[in-house]
Amino acid sequence: MSTGMKPQILITGAGGALARETMSRLKTKYRIVAVDFRREVEFEYGIPSYHVDINKRNFEDIFRKHDFDGVLHLGRIGPDVSNRFSRYNTNVLGTQKLLELCRKYAVSQIIVLSTYFVYGAGPYNPSLMDESTPKKASELTQELVDAVELENLCIIYLWKHREMKMTLLRPCNIAGPGIRNSMSLLLARRFTPVLIGFSPMMQFIHINDMARAIVTALDKDRPGIYNVAPNDWIAYQDALDECGCRRLPVPSTPPLLTKRISRMLKWKLFPVYLINYLKYPVIIDGGHFTRTFDFQTEYGLRDIFRYYKELKNKKSAPLLK
Amino acid sequence: MKIIKPFLKKLLVPSEMEAYVDSIPKTVGSFGYDPWGYNSETVKICFAVFKFIYDHYFRVTAHGLEHVPARGRVLIIANHSGQLPIDGLLIGTAVGTNHHGPRAPRAMVERFFPTVPYIGNLINQFGGVVGDPVNCSRMLENEETVIVFPEGVRGSGKLFKHRYQLQRFGHGFMHLAIDHNTPIVPVGVVGCEETIPALANIKPLAKLLGFPYVPLAAPVVLPARVILNFGAPMTFNGNQLSDAQIEKNVEQVKQAVRKLIDKGLSERKGWFK
Repeated sequence: MSTGMKPQILITGAGGALARETMSRLKTKYRIVAVDFRREVEFEYGIPSYHVDINKRNFEDIFRKHDFDGVLHLGRIGPDVSNRFSRYNTNVLGTQKLLELCRKYAVSQIIVLSTYFVYGAGPYNPSLMDESTPKKASELTQELVDAVELENLCIIYLWKHREMKMTLLRPCNIAGPGIRNSMSLLLARRFTPVLIGFSPMMQFIHINDMARAIVTALDKDRPGIYNVAPNDWIAYQDALDECGCRRLPVPSTPPLLTKRISRMLKWKLFPVYLINYLKYPVIIDGGHFTRTFDFQTEYGLRDIFRYYKELKNKKSAPLLK
Repeated sequence: MKIIKPFLKKLLVPSEMEAYVDSIPKTVGSFGYDPWGYNSETVKICFAVFKFIYDHYFRVTAHGLEHVPARGRVLIIANHSGQLPIDGLLIGTAVGTNHHGPRAPRAMVERFFPTVPYIGNLINQFGGVVGDPVNCSRMLENEETVIVFPEGVRGSGKLFKHRYQLQRFGHGFMHLAIDHNTPIVPVGVVGCEETIPALANIKPLAKLLGFPYVPLAAPVVLPARVILNFGAPMTFNGNQLSDAQIEKNVEQVKQAVRKLIDKGLSERKGWFK
């Protein structure tokens, strides 16, 4: 970084709503370079934007051209997008390439966005799982192997290359305007699948709070692994009621029947990997992040659910299509 | 549930019961839940129902409730009996409606309950939590009242001919009590053994269903009179205690529970009196 110049950062997954919200908070303090692996994205304020495949050689050109002080890796592809092999290539092999480039070009700070899904949903899960709780997702479903492997990779780099200050964030369900992850899509529907007799506890964080959490992690630069979740909880079916969703009951026992129904329907909203998350709670403890970064959420659960309820009253709500 | 819960609450919960539950020192989120699924509105409905059963069906007499601290972490250690966790519900009701200071009872439940539709969620909402040391540890840090039956299924599934014979106590509760500097309140439960007298355990059927036991018993819960005796709090300290020392401490608690059972048996005039 040249003296007197603002630090320069690379943001991956720049086309997503969370990245856009994060960029809007960073643009005054940082020079931003945006990258999206899936599509061409245009930004205001003259932010350079690239559409590249993370696994191709030309990805390195961006590192040659710009002198990055930090990388925000928000471009993880969720299990609701693309197939397992493609996701493994992007999320695991692609991230490895990104981390190697960070090492090669001496990028000092890296923030990686993971997910609470890595803990896996099972009947014996304790509540308030902290960062040291074993990650069981890949044991329960192959669809989440890439998410767990991505984390393992980051943890290896975290210890092996300590000069790279890495912060790994594991947020609970991110929700709010523009978010298109699997839980957000469920809240946005008029008719939403529920498993008969099961309403697991869940946590939600507003997109604006999550963007603020990422910015705080970047500003304060305290490497480590952190769960990010507010101190508030709600049962899944109560959350649907609050969002104005109508329940679509799906048989929950025997478990094989539920899986068969999911496979038969081939419904994007009700994939096999999500069944256990709609059945058993995965409650994480966000206390470490809260204490380390002196962070408090500004939006409550009611703010989040109000958005989804109002969305249903709009005729052309994009998430409902 | 959006309609059913308020309807049941209006139908079943008297205003004094609602005020009572609201006075319990317990932090919940904006929708009345805690991280383990406890729900203050469901607790009001359950307390109203269980209090009726507690007073009129099992005609419970509880002594020594002043020993349960009104605030702060505590482990309530009791003998287990009666095939179904009726003893847990009755101790929970006694603690939750304690005039010396009501507490939200948290019971450690068998691991198969979360897999049972409706029942798993209902148990969670009334304060039940999967019997996992991590859960128990976090709840004690959260200053909760945790009910533990150290005999586990060895106690609840025992046959009628073995009634009031304490089975082996697990050591987990003692490690938690020492690690988290938590007082132990021993409880002797008398009467639950007679609620569902079991003559035999149908082991092949239990194995087939994946249950810990399937009793050969009358298909009704008998209205046996129940006596609960709460003992004085016991405290245990020490760093890196050996297994032998832990076992000695556990035996002290077991002896206290045994004395409280004997006290209850001497107070009782008959199964139903």
